[in-house]
Amino acid sequence: MRPILMKGHERPLTFLKYNRDGDLLFSCAKDHTPTVWFADNGERLGTYRGHNGAVWTCDVSRDSMRLITGSADQTVKLWNVQKGTQLYTFNFGSPARSVEFAIGDKLAVITTDPFMELTSAIHVKRIAGDSTEQTEESVLVIKGPQGRINRAVWGPLNRTIISAGEDAVIRIWDSETGKLLKESDKESGHKKTITSLTKAADGSHFLSGSLDKSAKLWDTRTLTLIKTYSTERPVNAVAMSPLLDHVVLGGGQDASAVTTTDHRAGKFEAKFYEKILQEEIGGVKGHFGPINALAFNPDGKSFSSGGEDGYVRLHHFDPDYFNIKI
Amino acid sequence: MAAEVMLMNEIEATAAQMGIDMNTDFSSIQLPPGENCGIISDDDDVYHDDQLEFDSGFGNVIVVDNLPVVPREKFEKLEGVIRKIYSQIGVIKEDGLWMPVDPETKKTLGYCFIEYNTPQEAELAKEKTHGYKLDRAHIFAVNMFDDFDKYMKVPDEWAPPEIKPYTPGENLQKWLADEKARDQFVIRAGTDTEVLWNDARQSKTEPVYKRTFWTESFVQWSPMGTYLATVHRQGAAVWGGANTFNRLMRYAHPQVKLIDFSPGEKFLVTYSSHEPSNPRDANRVVINIFDVRTGKVMRDFKGSADEFAVGGAGGVAGNSWPVFRWGGGKEDKYFAKLGKNMISVYETETFSLIDKKSLKVENVVDFSWSPTDPIIALFVPELGGGNQPARVSLVQMPGKEELRQKNLFSISDCKMYWQSNGDYLAVKADRYTKTKKSTYTGFELFRIKERDIPIEVLELDNKNDKIIAFAWEPKGHRFAVIHGDNPRPDVSFYSMRSTHNLGRVAKLTTLKGKQANALFWSPGGRFIVLAGLKGFNGQLEFFNVDELETMATAEHFMATDVEWDPTGRYVATSVTSVHEMENGFNIWSFNGRLLYRILKDHFFQFLWRPRPPSFLTPEKEEEIARNLKKYSKKYEAEDQDVSMLLSEQDREKRRMLKEEWEKWVSEWRRAQEEEKLERQKLRDGEASDEEEEYEAKEVEVEEVLDVSEEVLSFEE
Repeated sequence: MRPILMKGHERPLTFLKYNRDGDLLFSCAKDHTPTVWFADNGERLGTYRGHNGAVWTCDVSRDSMRLITGSADQTVKLWNVQKGTQLYTFNFGSPARSVEFAIGDKLAVITTDPFMELTSAIHVKRIAGDSTEQTEESVLVIKGPQGRINRAVWGPLNRTIISAGEDAVIRIWDSETGKLLKESDKESGHKKTITSLTKAADGSHFLSGSLDKSAKLWDTRTLTLIKTYSTERPVNAVAMSPLLDHVVLGGGQDASAVTTTDHRAGKFEAKFYEKILQEEIGGVKGHFGPINALAFNPDGKSFSSGGEDGYVRLHHFDPDYFNIKI
Repeated sequence: MAAEVMLMNEIEATAAQMGIDMNTDFSSIQLPPGENCGIISDDDDVYHDDQLEFDSGFGNVIVVDNLPVVPREKFEKLEGVIRKIYSQIGVIKEDGLWMPVDPETKKTLGYCFIEYNTPQEAELAKEKTHGYKLDRAHIFAVNMFDDFDKYMKVPDEWAPPEIKPYTPGENLQKWLADEKARDQFVIRAGTDTEVLWNDARQSKTEPVYKRTFWTESFVQWSPMGTYLATVHRQGAAVWGGANTFNRLMRYAHPQVKLIDFSPGEKFLVTYSSHEPSNPRDANRVVINIFDVRTGKVMRDFKGSADEFAVGGAGGVAGNSWPVFRWGGGKEDKYFAKLGKNMISVYETETFSLIDKKSLKVENVVDFSWSPTDPIIALFVPELGGGNQPARVSLVQMPGKEELRQKNLFSISDCKMYWQSNGDYLAVKADRYTKTKKSTYTGFELFRIKERDIPIEVLELDNKNDKIIAFAWEPKGHRFAVIHGDNPRPDVSFYSMRSTHNLGRVAKLTTLKGKQANALFWSPGGRFIVLAGLKGFNGQLEFFNVDELETMATAEHFMATDVEWDPTGRYVATSVTSVHEMENGFNIWSFNGRLLYRILKDHFFQFLWRPRPPSFLTPEKEEEIARNLKKYSKKYEAEDQDVSMLLSEQDREKRRMLKEEWEKWVSEWRRAQEEEKLERQKLRDGEASDEEEEYEAKEVEVEEVLDVSEEVLSFEE
């Protein structure tokens, strides 16, 4: 089916997130306004105005009532999804790179970039049920890894935090004490910056994408490497189908490394791989810049991609897709 | 000498991590004198070299022996003669010529010492005058003074050399006896150099040997595939063996840049170019010719780069390589070098010039050997503004008889192409049009093997077409030309043996508007790949010239190189690191089916291992070709077995993977189930969990937007 082209951002996309029901799609971009769309027809529902820098990330609560966004303006904001109003602003001394609500939406994990004198850090904030009672304090701050931490997510039962970033190592931390529990193996792990990390629907395993042109599938509890998907491009974004055993990798060369005029040189394609056999199934073309963000609808029947070109492309799968046999 | 290779971006990344500003202007950094922070400067070895020369002291002194013994009256005269000879080569130091005299007889002793300003001059003098004939009885014997020490140490008693028991060497041709008749190739990517089997049946490679930092610049197969040569700072080395790669021989040649094997792989030519001590001088060039098996230097050539610049076209860019071109087929009998107004032809029995003279040809600019016979084709351009025509001549070696000559008029440029069997020679001649403003191209076709070597002239249908590429069919009688000016040129095929008239060249066909700029014939002939490299982004067309039909068109995006395997069964196309992206190679079947594709970052080289020529006689080969059906049965059966086995293996692999995955999934389910209650608690007891079936409920929501009352007039 023809993809729906959603042009609402003026700058490259950075992040995409569906709510749990799969009816809303939240998009973040380097322009300062996160946007919410109807996930079915791509109609724009509204924007969240208030950030003063590129918005790198967002998450939406399970009940789709609250949105949390992290921005380069060194703040993380809580929003009322329906009204588009700001509920609370967390201030940091450096840009916020990733946010995620914990199970139960009572905690959020936030990562901040190294900036000026500050090193990168993982912050855990308590999210109050009533936003008037919200406080700035962190429950836990973890420091240590070198370079930017591109993504931090919660492990099973909020007991652990999984982080990955520029130093190419995936780490599992104790979310109570901040102790380092596990580190990915240097040999089998990624060789370059990990750009993205996405959990399976049940959180049992996760997929990491890296500039070393591969994506890797890991067990969340043991940090065992299960699969590796190799591609020809640096991987900027990864997604896993909740319905079928498929994974999607998106990427392309750096905008600064585009040396050829031919659009094929970039291969700005979302590539589908068989999750178990690690074989490439196909690709979805269309973007004319690297793909920065990918997200699957929780029903597994559509997915969207956001590119450096400023477009969000919403793809509803054809019936054939569900009968792919390899 | 495994140099630590660090990529710039890695350095920058490390620097960024350590908080170092990489934007420093390095030339602005001043180190305290004598302090190098442990980093050896690039030109340190140059300074070092200079030092050595001064230390040795007598490096610039030569001893000239076999001089006439003369009485005192003639002393002055002899000294004058010697001074004249040796001051031509370099500057003799003041009081640098000393001829000792016997105190009793007052006669000279028949030798003298000459001291030059530099060791280089001394070296050159030794080179040039050793063996100089002053007259019949006096042939100079020149030695470096320093060498005398060496000779003095030779023991007086002759001791018979120890005879080592013969140990049979490894079978260096074992790879040819591969059961599956596969071919090998070498690839170089990053710091790794790897030799692999092309296992096309299973669509994959099989490793043979891999080594990190195997070479410091490049690798090269010998022409018959026996050896793999690696190039290092200290020299070259060759590797080979039955099952692996062992170093068989080393060839010391500091800072070697280029290497070249003789076609029969008996000799290895190495080349290096050194910065002169005086910046105004030309670079010094050293060329060594080694015997591949013994590692002995058979002959060395030293001189300034100008002497080795070929046909005046060398210039600043350097010499065209190889400087020495081997002739006379696989016997490695002759090699030749282009000089000013001459071609120097050497033979390998004595490593000296044939008849002790170079072949004098005024203004010769190019020559090439027949690939099979000792015949040289040479080209002399137009002289005297067109008064003297350009000419191409064929000269037979070692007799230096001219076999055939052809004068050509208003020529701007000329290129020679030999057919691989030496049957034909095509001379591509670019001629000026009458106005001299533009050029057009024609071909002169020589039939070498026919009586009197008939020449035919061929012009293209549209003779103004520019020729983009030309290639003979290996072992065949056809050739292909890419011609045309527009972005999509035409490709034409010609045959030297048309069906109606065996002695005439005839056009077979012209393919219009192809995206091609390079031609790659299969080594067995018949098939050709028309490739559009560079500007055409890697378009490939696999063409069957027998049937004149296209078998397949394909694309290997950004491909830079195309190479047929030595049997003509497979084609490798590769993207080398001239491009940043897509590095790696594809293997295709001869008919253009993509077999497999391997990506490697920083991909530098792909080389098929050549095979020696077949021992089968042409008759036998023909017989095999006729009974191909009979032979092929066996292989077809094998193919089928392999494909059965493969699909079996594949199924097995898939089953294993699925099983493994299932194990993970069940493990996850179990954990998920265990944690269910706790998760519910985290969600304040909300029962719905992710693992519940996704369910779409339709809820109708009615919202009252507005209520308005309106009074309507009631009319009857």
